[in-house]
Parts: sequence; C-alpha cells; structure tokens
Amino acid sequence: MARIVVLGAGVSGHTAATFAKHWLGKDHEVVVVSPNSKWNWIPSNIWVGVGEMTPEDVVFELAPVYEKAGIDFRQAKAVSIHPEGKQDSEKPYVTIEYTDPNKQGQTEEVEYDYLINATGPKLNFAATPGLGPEEGNSLSVCTYGHAAEANTYFQEAIEKMKKGEKQKFLIGTGHGMCTCQGAAFEYIFNIEHELRKAGVRDKAEIKWISNEQFLGDFGVAGVHIKWGGHIVSSKVLAESLFVERGVDWITGAHVKEVQKGKLTYELLDGTEGEEEFDFSMLIPPFTGVGLKAYDKEGNDITDKVFMPNGFMKVDADYTPKPFEEWKASDWPKYYQNPDYKNMFAVGIAFAPPHPISKPAKSVNGTPITPAPPRTGMPSGIIGKTVAQTITEVIQGKYSLDEVPEKGHHASMAEMGAACVASAGKGLLDGSAVALTVYPVVPDYEKYPGTGRDPEYTFGEVGLAGHWIKHILHHLFMWKAQLKPGWTLIPE
Amino acid sequence: MAKDYLDVQKNITPYDGKSFGTMVPGPFQRFLRKCLIWQFIRFIVINLKMLMVVAKSHH
Repeated sequence: MARIVVLGAGVSGHTAATFAKHWLGKDHEVVVVSPNSKWNWIPSNIWVGVGEMTPEDVVFELAPVYEKAGIDFRQAKAVSIHPEGKQDSEKPYVTIEYTDPNKQGQTEEVEYDYLINATGPKLNFAATPGLGPEEGNSLSVCTYGHAAEANTYFQEAIEKMKKGEKQKFLIGTGHGMCTCQGAAFEYIFNIEHELRKAGVRDKAEIKWISNEQFLGDFGVAGVHIKWGGHIVSSKVLAESLFVERGVDWITGAHVKEVQKGKLTYELLDGTEGEEEFDFSMLIPPFTGVGLKAYDKEGNDITDKVFMPNGFMKVDADYTPKPFEEWKASDWPKYYQNPDYKNMFAVGIAFAPPHPISKPAKSVNGTPITPAPPRTGMPSGIIGKTVAQTITEVIQGKYSLDEVPEKGHHASMAEMGAACVASAGKGLLDGSAVALTVYPVVPDYEKYPGTGRDPEYTFGEVGLAGHWIKHILHHLFMWKAQLKPGWTLIPE
Repeated sequence: MAKDYLDVQKNITPYDGKSFGTMVPGPFQRFLRKCLIWQFIRFIVINLKMLMVVAKSHH
C-alpha cells in the first residue's frame, strides 16, 4: 500500500487528493494535512465582501467529505519536510502541528511515499507597514473571514453616504510585488455596482491603485482579444470599463505604507504620492508558508528544496535571464522536485521560473512587477495532472525517473484559463467580464506579438458572463463536496 | 440617441492622459449587454468557447 500525503486543501490540493483517492481506491492511502477545517470557494469571497453572500455560502466542512471519500484528514499545519527520512529510517516524512482544537499544538511525524505540496501562499501583509486587516489599516478579501469583515465596513460606509457623507474607496494591490490583481479588479466593480444599487454612487469617489505597468496587465502581461474585427489589448478593455463606470486609477505603484485613512506610494518614475481613503481593500503579496526541509542528518536543506520566496522548486528553468530571453519552456510541466522525485508542488506552492509580466523597477530601484498568478483553473488542472501521474507511477506504468518522458503534463505555457469577473450578483441587473486566455504564459515564439492564440483568447462584457459566474459557483461547490457526478465537472 | 451619446461621454476629461485615450461603449452596445435574447446566445457561445479552452488545456 502506497501513501500519498497532500499538504493543503485549497483548489489544487483538494483536487489532487480527491482524484488520487478516486483513481486508487482502497488499496492505497491518501492523507490530507490542512490547518483549515473548511474548504473555501475563494472566487465567491468577492460577493461576501459586498454582502451579497454570507461566509457559509462559500465554505463547507472538509472532515465529513473526506470521511465519505476514505481520505485521512488531519487538521494541522505542515512544519517541515524530511525527504531522506532520519538516521534510523529511510522513510521520508513530514512534521505537522495540529490546529484541530482537540489536539491543538500536538506534533506528529507523517510518513509518505509521495508528497504533494499544495500549501498555497502566506498572505504577507508584513511586507508593507500598516497593510492588512489584522494589524494594519486596510481590508482584504483573500479569506472568507477577511471578506466578511470588509463587508461590515462597506455597509457602514453605505450608511454614512445615505446620511449625506462622502466616502472615498481605494482598491488594488498593497505592494509592488503583488499578484491577484483580478480579484481586486472584480471587487472594485462589485463595490461600484452595489453603491449604484444603494443609490449613493454620487457620494462615492472610487480609485484603483496597482503595481501593474498598465491597466489590464493582470500579472499575465495583459491579454489581446478578438473584438469587433480587431485584436484589442486588455488595456483598452480595462480602461473602457473604468471610464464607463467613473473609476479613476493609478498604475505602476508600490504602496510603501498604509496609515489610518491614508497611504503613501512610489511610482515607476520615482515620484511619490499619497492617497487618503475611507475604505481600502488592498491585496497583499504572497510568499511560501515557511516550510523547512531537513536531510537525513538533520541539516537544514530548505535552500535546496525551496526558492528564496518560499515556493518549492520543481522542473522549471530557474536560470536568471532577461525578459527578452524568457521562453515558454522555462515553465514546469510535471511539477516534480528535481532532487526528490517523489515530491511534487502544485497551485501557488510551486516556484515559478520568473514573472509573466515584464519586470520593472522604479528609478529608485524599487521592484514594481506583478507576480505570476497560479490560482483558479490552472491550479485545479495542475493538481489533477499531478494526481494522475502519481497514480500511474503507483500502478507501475512507469517509474518516478520516467515521469519527464511518460508523465502527464500541465505547463502553464500549454494551458488556458477562463476568468469571469462579475459586477453585482442579481441575475438581471449584474454584469461580468468573461475572458479566456490561451496560453496563460505567453508563447512569443509560437504566437509572435501577443504571445496568445487568438482563436482561444477572447473576452466580452455582459449578462452572459454573469450567469456563468453564478453557475461556476454552484458547480465548483458541488464538485468539491464530491456530490454525484463530481468527476464530470472539468477543472 | 444623441442625448445618450452625450451621456456616455460624461466621464471623459480632455487631455487627462487617461479617460481621453480610451473607448467607451455606446448606447447600442450597452443595450446588447443587457438584452436577454442576445445574452442567451452569447451564454451558449461563451460556454462552448470555454469548454474548448478547457479541452485544449488537459494533456
């Protein structure tokens, strides 16, 4: 009997664990280690953040779902990986520390034959002084708890506007190296929609601030779509939406500090500025969760297993090179650690070889570059692909050394993504930008100019995309709870 | 219609370096975004396109 240990139960880890168990059945063991007791459909946190959904609408308890599936669930956080075992045992293991209230603080060694690192990111609010809802002066929608708190402040702001008070909303990214601009983009238009619905739009000033070099970069070097017989940049699409809805913007900004009601920032041209606000939701930068790694003798090998940003090394080309020399082939295909072949990293936990957007620094040398997104559809596909590869290795179809020739692959340079950014929730009064991009990582050799296949890269605004957003919410909540037919729902 | 076109320009400021350099949807485009018949057709088309992208992304 082989044992697969999955660290993390987000989109990627949950997908990997559930498919591995589905394919391997009772003959093999799947263990999931996650510090959270609940699974969260994160894209719908946006609706929690404006009061259109409750936290209960976007989560469910993991334990009963895993019990039904025959997956061993341990509510704990992973602390360290020991890929060579220890002095008296060759068996690799991870050390975990329980967050389960019944075993709070207890540690345990969990042995594995195959490890899938799907820990997701640490929300690094500490990167910017004053950033974040817990110890800072800004809000977040990165977790359902953060989103619920943001909604409390949002409803208070609406009440103030109804009494005639003006309010300024500042939404975007809270550091020069952030990712997930798409989430902030969706949130700002939900805010704008809800304010119009509440009849207080005229009392609100809404402004975007982000680290993108241009509006519509989204951390993926923008997207060129076929529109009205033209190939149009997402810059034009995004600017059009902002102007249509009367939302101002600042781009190329590294937020330096967030004070109560005010933030300071530096722009690419080196100039500095400040913005006052009554309500601010700023996405933090991400880092790895801080997992350590040790060899057989107990020596720290964290630098060997992880990149300096805390994300796990996989089969990517990490050679530093300028933007002009980036290739699609730099991106990993199998998500297998090069030194320990039975370790894989999926979703946000794998270390990308470099950003997707062209790196930039301010004239003062401050890096202001969106980090590459690895969430949503790519996360799910990568998790499923790695589970498929490990399943076939366990079934004896090929060895771990043969994975690069015979394993399933899911390079982000050979994979598309579908994104739907809603504005509002009503079935008839909402709207959305529906977008597909293929491939996620531009391949400038195959598609000179835009880097994308125009046949599979498109976008439009309207109710249709909004309906799709609704359907996706229910489909993925259904799928993640392993309800009948769940395997038929694509990632 | 002329009044509608005046209305869609209300957020454009000449030579502001932002809004003056982009496009805004006119009244007919805005109508199409809300038109249930047209949006139902687009719903089918977008779903099919998304499924094609999904199919192309699994190897």
